[in-house]
Amino acid sequence: MVRDGALDRRAVVAALLQDRGDTLVVTGLGSPSYDVHALGDRPGNYYLWGAMGSAALVGLGVAQARPDARVLVITGDGEQLMGLGGLATIAVAAPANLTIAVIDNGHFGETGMQVSHTGFGIALDRVAAACGFAVASVATDMAGIAAIRMGLSAPGPKLHVIKVRAENLQRSLPPRDAVFIKNRFRRHLGLATA
Amino acid sequence: MRTMTVTALSPPTPELAWPDRLHALLRGAGVTQASYVPDAGHARLIELLRADPAVTATVLTTEEEGVAIATGAWLGGARSVILMQSSGVGNCINALSSPVIARVPLLMLVTMRGEWAEFNPWQVPMGQATEAALVAIGVRVFRADTPDELLATVSAALVEAFDSDQQIAILISQKMLGTKTW
Repeated sequence: MVRDGALDRRAVVAALLQDRGDTLVVTGLGSPSYDVHALGDRPGNYYLWGAMGSAALVGLGVAQARPDARVLVITGDGEQLMGLGGLATIAVAAPANLTIAVIDNGHFGETGMQVSHTGFGIALDRVAAACGFAVASVATDMAGIAAIRMGLSAPGPKLHVIKVRAENLQRSLPPRDAVFIKNRFRRHLGLATA
Repeated sequence: MRTMTVTALSPPTPELAWPDRLHALLRGAGVTQASYVPDAGHARLIELLRADPAVTATVLTTEEEGVAIATGAWLGGARSVILMQSSGVGNCINALSSPVIARVPLLMLVTMRGEWAEFNPWQVPMGQATEAALVAIGVRVFRADTPDELLATVSAALVEAFDSDQQIAILISQKMLGTKTW
């Protein structure tokens, strides 16, 4: 059984966010947060450091609040697996402006690289497709990543599984002050902060 | 995939009047998002929220999803409310880390089970643990035993949540909701 993919996760996330414009980004805890932060800290990023399983639903809340914004959730396979039911919730809510990119290395990277359910064969794109996502795909090469980026503005909800190598790269740590990140994100959107 | 049709609203009876008043109160305070796992005690309010074109109502598979949605809503500039039964509070605990540590406004309306004339023993442990669990994770808890008390408490909580960045749960007593018919 192939438990991880061939792609470099940092190169994948860099390609996804190339020319991101005003895309709002929510990241799941662990490596996806480091991958996004490694490209440079941005006020339109909201990094989760906990609440595992929440990233896609935080993205749903943003997408519902800002129907004209493009919202991209970048998370890991383990994080998304903890919110598996949330894929049903997102499919029913049907936010056209939400994309979920699952950076899938088939492992729980933060805790010692134990094999995850996707490593044992669970296909999150097929779960999303069964739920009724407008788009559900799996990407195994950089041409696939370019296609995902080109389709970010197409009607969703969309879920893309991206198969990357199982490796722990040097961490690029986002700020852990959640109040700061929250207020910076809101200010970026022209919203008041308490 | 939004294929479900909204059923026509039944006219409010005197017993149902408080959910109608609650709906008006939430809307008056600028709440435009609601998420829920259904409970019989919330049935009328869910019906009203789903029928309201100005409200985005989201059905959840588990209550913790609502905590995440409320966080995202606030990040995007919207006000969200979560409706659940006391059994669902237990599902939310780790997810509540997020609004607590980020000081994201949170308003949970919790219908209580397992505290008054409860027929189902399986409801009792979580019902009895609800308040303690919420307090332990850092959510402030208010109780309402009558419709008037509920309306006044929600009115105050809306200000504290959305103007003072507080995380608040309001427990609606089983005594007020009435016993379930078996």
